[in-house]
Amino acid sequence: MSKKLSYKEILFDPVFKNNPIALQILGICSALAVTSKMETAVVMALAVTLVTAFSNFFVSLIRKHVPSSIRILVEMTIIASLVIIADQLIRAFAFEISKQLSVYVGLIITNCIVMGRAEAYALKNPPVESFLDGIGNGLGYSFILLTVGFFRELFGSGTLFGISILPTVSSGGWYTTNGLLLMPPSAFFLIGLLIWVIRTLKPEQRESD
Amino acid sequence: MFEHYLSLFVKSIFIENMALAFFLGMCTFLGVSKRVETAIGLGIAVVVVQAITVPVNNLIYTNVLKEGALSWVGLPDVDLSFLGYITYIGVIAAIVQILEMFLDKFVPSLYNALGIFLPLITVNCAIMGGSLFMVERNYTFGESVVYGFGSGIGWALAIIALAGIRERLKYSNPPKALRGLGLTFITAGLMAMAFMLFSGIQL
Repeated sequence: MSKKLSYKEILFDPVFKNNPIALQILGICSALAVTSKMETAVVMALAVTLVTAFSNFFVSLIRKHVPSSIRILVEMTIIASLVIIADQLIRAFAFEISKQLSVYVGLIITNCIVMGRAEAYALKNPPVESFLDGIGNGLGYSFILLTVGFFRELFGSGTLFGISILPTVSSGGWYTTNGLLLMPPSAFFLIGLLIWVIRTLKPEQRESD
Repeated sequence: MFEHYLSLFVKSIFIENMALAFFLGMCTFLGVSKRVETAIGLGIAVVVVQAITVPVNNLIYTNVLKEGALSWVGLPDVDLSFLGYITYIGVIAAIVQILEMFLDKFVPSLYNALGIFLPLITVNCAIMGGSLFMVERNYTFGESVVYGFGSGIGWALAIIALAGIRERLKYSNPPKALRGLGLTFITAGLMAMAFMLFSGIQL
């Protein structure tokens, strides 16, 4: 990245042009596991966006004072502390959802988006830009998460945010739910197809081999 | 007792496969599975680290962090479980580092084979996930040894199988936009479906 990017570009580039999940292969674990419902997907997306933004911000603040040999350790400590805060907040204000998210909140620590952006961006750039980069990558992550969550919940159980959209057969409607979409493999298929769509629209993202 | 451990072992390899049922360690699972050889190297490294970190974290959790665990130093009311995440990741990072130095000194051939993968493992969610599941399910020390070993093997199995399939996929001719990552996702989805067959098994 040689040319100076405007704040807007920093913020919105990761959503489509340089999506962390679809292009950088970062942070896929949680993207697959929490998307069977919109509710959990939204909470997870929010948590990851905020953690990425703030970890980028703090890493960038201290980037000139940390010797590179221990930087990973320092980054880990910052990220882990932020995740503990996020976890305690979710537990305090959305206890039911925190049960459903189970270990995946803790796994934000090892979510490669957070670490990857800290390494690739925050170490070389000033705090404000890093903060925006974190938000932007969080948005890119949220975009995929919400799209996958939308399809999985709508067609898997006929609801969105728990509100019935397609009346299911079991409750007297006409829609037969597709059980596969609630199962793990469907998330792989949906993201695979999503990547296919993005790369058809943006041929420059295709892999050469 | 032995039967219980055996069923936990089989369960952690097949039914609750780290990669294909819980999506853990996906980044490396999809990123480093282009060749079978590297997949085997990474797989072995994960098994070793997982088999050490899960029991160690179990000991730390039961003796230091758990509510009331500090009663042996006269602090029965202290609950440090909120420090869990930061402790586990610290333990994992430390063990990976120690393992790296140990291998470098005593088993250089293995070190050269695993070299680049070891640091990667610190941020592999499968390792962290193993420790978190261990805490969530209240495994005893014996169970955590079996679980750590089994889940490591399960993950290694999945990545080696995926690498095998991807090596063959090179000869196929998919649509241009699907090549690479998209196709890998769909392959992994098919593998996950195959592993769902195990989910009906009661042990």
